[in-house]
Amino acid sequence: MVFPFPFSAIVGQNDMKQALLLAAIDPSLGGVLVFGDRGSGKSTAVRAMAALLPPMKVVAGCSYHCDPAWTASQCVEGCGLRSGAKPKAETVPVPIVDMPLGATEDRVVGALDIEKALTQGEKSFEPGLLARANRGFLYIDEVNLLEDHLVDLLLDVAASGENVVEREGLSIRHPARFVLVGSGNPEEGELRPQLLDRFGLSVEVSTPKDIKTRIEVLKRRDAYEQDREGFIAEWQAEEEKTRKKITSAKNRVAKVEVPDAILETAAEFCAHIGADGLRGELTLMRASRALAAYEGKKSVTVKHLRTIAPSALRHRLRRDPLDETGATVRIERALDEMLPQ
Amino acid sequence: MSDADLTDLDEDELRTVLWQDSLSAAALYAVAPRALGGIVVRGHAGPVRDAWLDKAKRFLPEDVPLRKIPGSISDDRLLGGLDLSATLSQGRAVASTGLLSEADGGTVVLPMAERLAARTTAHLLTALDTGSVSVEREGVSRKLPARFGFIALDEGIGPDERPPSGLVDRAAFLIDLENLRYGDIADSLVSPENVWEARALFPHVVLPDSIVESLGHTAIALSIPSLRIAILALAAARAAAALNGRTEVGPEEAQLAARLVLLPRGQGMPEPPAPPDEEQEEAPPEDSQDPEQNQDDQKDPDKAEDDKVLEAADALLPDGLLRDLLMGRGARNRARSNAGAGQMRESPRRGRPAGIRPGNPKAGYRLSLVDSLRTAAPWQPLRRRQRPDAPVAVHVRPEDFRVVRYKEQAQSVILFIVDASGSAAFQRLAEAKGAVELLLADCYVRRDRVALIAFRGTLAEMILPPTRSLTRAKRVLADLPGGGGTPMATAIDAAIGLALDIRRRGETPILCFLTDGRANIARDGAPGRPQAKEDALVSARALAALEFTTLFIDTAPRPQDAAQALARAMDARYLPLPVADAKSVNTAVRASL
Repeated sequence: MVFPFPFSAIVGQNDMKQALLLAAIDPSLGGVLVFGDRGSGKSTAVRAMAALLPPMKVVAGCSYHCDPAWTASQCVEGCGLRSGAKPKAETVPVPIVDMPLGATEDRVVGALDIEKALTQGEKSFEPGLLARANRGFLYIDEVNLLEDHLVDLLLDVAASGENVVEREGLSIRHPARFVLVGSGNPEEGELRPQLLDRFGLSVEVSTPKDIKTRIEVLKRRDAYEQDREGFIAEWQAEEEKTRKKITSAKNRVAKVEVPDAILETAAEFCAHIGADGLRGELTLMRASRALAAYEGKKSVTVKHLRTIAPSALRHRLRRDPLDETGATVRIERALDEMLPQ
Repeated sequence: MSDADLTDLDEDELRTVLWQDSLSAAALYAVAPRALGGIVVRGHAGPVRDAWLDKAKRFLPEDVPLRKIPGSISDDRLLGGLDLSATLSQGRAVASTGLLSEADGGTVVLPMAERLAARTTAHLLTALDTGSVSVEREGVSRKLPARFGFIALDEGIGPDERPPSGLVDRAAFLIDLENLRYGDIADSLVSPENVWEARALFPHVVLPDSIVESLGHTAIALSIPSLRIAILALAAARAAAALNGRTEVGPEEAQLAARLVLLPRGQGMPEPPAPPDEEQEEAPPEDSQDPEQNQDDQKDPDKAEDDKVLEAADALLPDGLLRDLLMGRGARNRARSNAGAGQMRESPRRGRPAGIRPGNPKAGYRLSLVDSLRTAAPWQPLRRRQRPDAPVAVHVRPEDFRVVRYKEQAQSVILFIVDASGSAAFQRLAEAKGAVELLLADCYVRRDRVALIAFRGTLAEMILPPTRSLTRAKRVLADLPGGGGTPMATAIDAAIGLALDIRRRGETPILCFLTDGRANIARDGAPGRPQAKEDALVSARALAALEFTTLFIDTAPRPQDAAQALARAMDARYLPLPVADAKSVNTAVRASL
């Protein structure tokens, strides 16, 4: 058994933790991009999500993690829902699927099951990583080094929530709703702006420079290495608290009100800083709503907008690859100008 | 031994210490391979490395696995999956275990780690991080434990040929056997029995807070940003205590850990630590960035100057120059048609289909179903007679498999060779920088990689190894100082070396010289114009013989014969960077403000 480091025990990195939580609350936010130094806890945070998120009900034995509450039409062949009988349900942890850098396209989208085709003459579909990630997270470390066409494909599927396979005589579509989490170190290569724009939230992390924080990280990490089970037990209460907040936020997020005035402010703000396209505005609104739900609020306020704006918009400003003006700084300045505290 | 003592040693004594340190690292690793991650051993294959490896292996218990992972390993051998041949011949699913799960509890050895394939690295790192491998292939769905450490043998030459950084970041120890001689080999001060006893003691060793703090501070003082390294240092200190038969880490062990784990990664001058601030945790991430980036709106005279230069260069450099060059149009006097955008090379997956051949689809190639069945077809009656009761419609055997071959365009690496000498610096270095930045933007759009060699004084130095990071390229360029002589021949030689290196890696180098071509330092470092010129021409002809695509941008105030002659000798496209009229540039800048 593997015990991941508890999410709540991660010191600092609040931007990243917040973005991951918001994506868990509202998966339609469209993925999270985490850029920063090596060894700043990116992988740790993502892997910790598996233990943190409330487990989910799935149709027993379904390769796509279909929800038993779905109707048969939402599902694909081979799943218990199709038979018409009430399917057997089982509870599983939310899948966090690692996408290795060298993954080929057919491993990702799925392909014809060659063995079955040749040995038994049967045409059947072998689901890929996208099927496994359905209703969970798909994590790509070093997304900036991934082939562009694969990133593009992933973003496409993440946006549509459906994987369409048309190859080798197969014609299959199956649900693939997942939160795409990409991480990388910009020093090792950059992501094309077109792809940047398609991620919902983007956060920048760095290893803490403050000595106290660093020592605290070391102490917790050491305690964890020394006695994993004990350390996890120690943080159990904290994890449970966060888990409850996520569950309650998930249930309420659709009911959180977004006042017209806030919508207008968000639109004006996006126009002001030059984040063109509706995507920025939409993400800003949705993420603010998820944040309000997480905080237990009934409606979105300017404060939520302020908190979300940097991560929702910073990766949509860059136009010129040579312009290094810190996007975050530009947003902060515009916030102070337009939405003074 | 403390660090102060090390500086007093003579060379022979230092080598003795290095050898003992390398053995200490091996012993510490053997105490707790999983907690210490691994060892990266730099050095050529040879008696010293063999002796080290032999001694290191003796520290490891005999009953735990020790597996070698060849660079060419296939995914299903690494991770496990369905045994395709056995499945087909037996007519039922036969699973195979992968090397990573077979290495559980032990150590994997990675020969030629500097050439490890990206996909193999990715699988290794995931297994190291999670301690398990997930096999989800062909209906086989298993999660197996894979808790192992690694010994990576790094045979790289030069500072830029290194094992994958993810791997280096997870190894506690970086040891360098490069400079050790056969005579330095000596017995270890630690016996294997010590190590085996320490293994049992390791989980019970206590690490006092004061030690955690002192190692944390040391890591910061050495400018090691990655917290992973600091965590590895803690584990090393603990292993050292276990080796000494103690249950609490003392200062002596902490010192050893600092010397073996932290010191080899020190990144130079200590950085002033940030003031302990309560709000630090809440601070938005831009606080941690380069402060320069945050002051973009402040009136910074240097910056404004740079911008002017950039704009000037923008106006003066022909549009799409790089693109033209890559299309082969720029390569004059050339009959070759492959000048430019990457040579063709064979690839398992991408590019244009280029025929069918027998092969195993597991090796990353795509199976051609129709051709495989076509191959199997003539044998059907015979095979049916051999196995009349096999429940299959078509009798297919592994040898029938046909895979599709693809050819893809290799990536290009644009190699800038920038003249930072006095003659160029005082006239046009800033403009040359501007020109390079514009060309860099062009590369960025094309997803090429770039590298930078700067030359001045008597040296040509690679200041940026091939990278796709524009941020880094820009920073390096901004920090480039000017002044000194023009060692033209040395620069061309360095460019040839790097270009050959790039070609060996399967990528296509494109060279771009920015210089006035006025050589005044000979190859041997001696000043003197005639000899320097002669040397430069010899090097240029050697370059021409290699038939790389080359561009020569003359940065002199007015085009000159010497530069043109040099460009001709290189068989390069010659392009004078036109004179910028300072007045009109100023007007243009003011107008745009």
